[in-house]
Amino acid sequence: MHLAYPAVLAVLLFCTGLYGVLARRNAILVLMSVELMLNAVNLNLVAFDVWLRDALHAGQALTLFTIAIAAAEIGIGLAIVLMVYRNRGTSDIDKLRDNAETAGPDDAGPDEKAEATA
Amino acid sequence: MSLAAAQGFLSPTGVEIAFLLVGIATLGAAVVTVTTKQLVHAALWLVVALGGLAVEYLLLTAEFVAWVQVLIYVGSVVVLLLFGLMLTKAPIGRSPDADSGNRPAALVVALAAAAALVWVVVDAFRTAWIDLDGPAQGSTKVSGTILFRHWVLPFEALSVLLLAALVGAIVLSRKDRTTDREGQR
Repeated sequence: MHLAYPAVLAVLLFCTGLYGVLARRNAILVLMSVELMLNAVNLNLVAFDVWLRDALHAGQALTLFTIAIAAAEIGIGLAIVLMVYRNRGTSDIDKLRDNAETAGPDDAGPDEKAEATA
Repeated sequence: MSLAAAQGFLSPTGVEIAFLLVGIATLGAAVVTVTTKQLVHAALWLVVALGGLAVEYLLLTAEFVAWVQVLIYVGSVVVLLLFGLMLTKAPIGRSPDADSGNRPAALVVALAAAAALVWVVVDAFRTAWIDLDGPAQGSTKVSGTILFRHWVLPFEALSVLLLAALVGAIVLSRKDRTTDREGQR
C-alpha cells in the first residue's frame, strides 16, 4: 500500500478536528473534535510503525499509550465541563469570557459578580 | 469483506481499494461530526468515524490496536460524551447556535492547513510503500511481547496517570462545600 493513503487520511482527519475545535460553540463538541485530532495522530503512528517495521514497535506502543491518555483526558475534560455547567448554567465556550482582554459591556458584569458571590 | 484476514483474502490492490473506501466513509463521518447541528447526532457520527479508523487499523495489520480502539473509543469515550451531552441538558433537536461566530475563520484555517499538509505529505512520501506481506505486525502476541518487554516502565507510569485522572475526576465532580471552594481557585 502506498504510504500516502494513511498519511493523507490522517492529515484530513486532523484538519477536520481543527475546524471543529475552532468553529464549535458547545464545549463537549470541542472535546469530540479533539478526539478526532488524537485519532488522526494514532493513524499516523500505526501507519509509520508498519512502514518502518520497527523492532520495538514504538508506534503501536505509543498508540496504545495515546488511547489511554485520551481516555483520561476525556474523563477530566467532561468533569471540568460539568463543573462549569453547574456553576455558570451553560457550557458554551463563547459565554465564558471572564478572562477576555476586552470585556463586553453586557455579559462581563454579571459573570464577574457571579464569580465573586459563588 | 473479510477485513480481519486482509492479508490472506485481499490482494495488495484490494487492500488499497478497501482502505480508500473506508477512508472516504471515515472522513465523511468526521466532517458530519463537526458540522451537524444536532448535538447527539454528532456523537453518533463520531462512532462511525472511530469505527472506520478501527477498520483502517485492521487493514494495516494492527489487530490489537484496532480492538483497543473499538473497546476504549467506541465503547467508553462516546458513552462518556453522550452522558456529558445529557448532563449539560443539550437540546435534542436542531440547535441553530451549534457553530460560533468564527466559523469562516475556522474554515479558512482548516483548509489552509489541509492544503499545506497534504502537499507536504504527498511530496515527501511519493516513493514510500508499505509492505504488508509476512506475519501481522500488530497481532496480540506481538503487541503483548513488546509492551511487557520493552515498554513496561511507561506502561506502569500510565497506570499511575489513569489513577490520578480517576481521582481528579471524582474530586472535580463531587458536589459539596469543599469542592465549591476548590472550584473558585
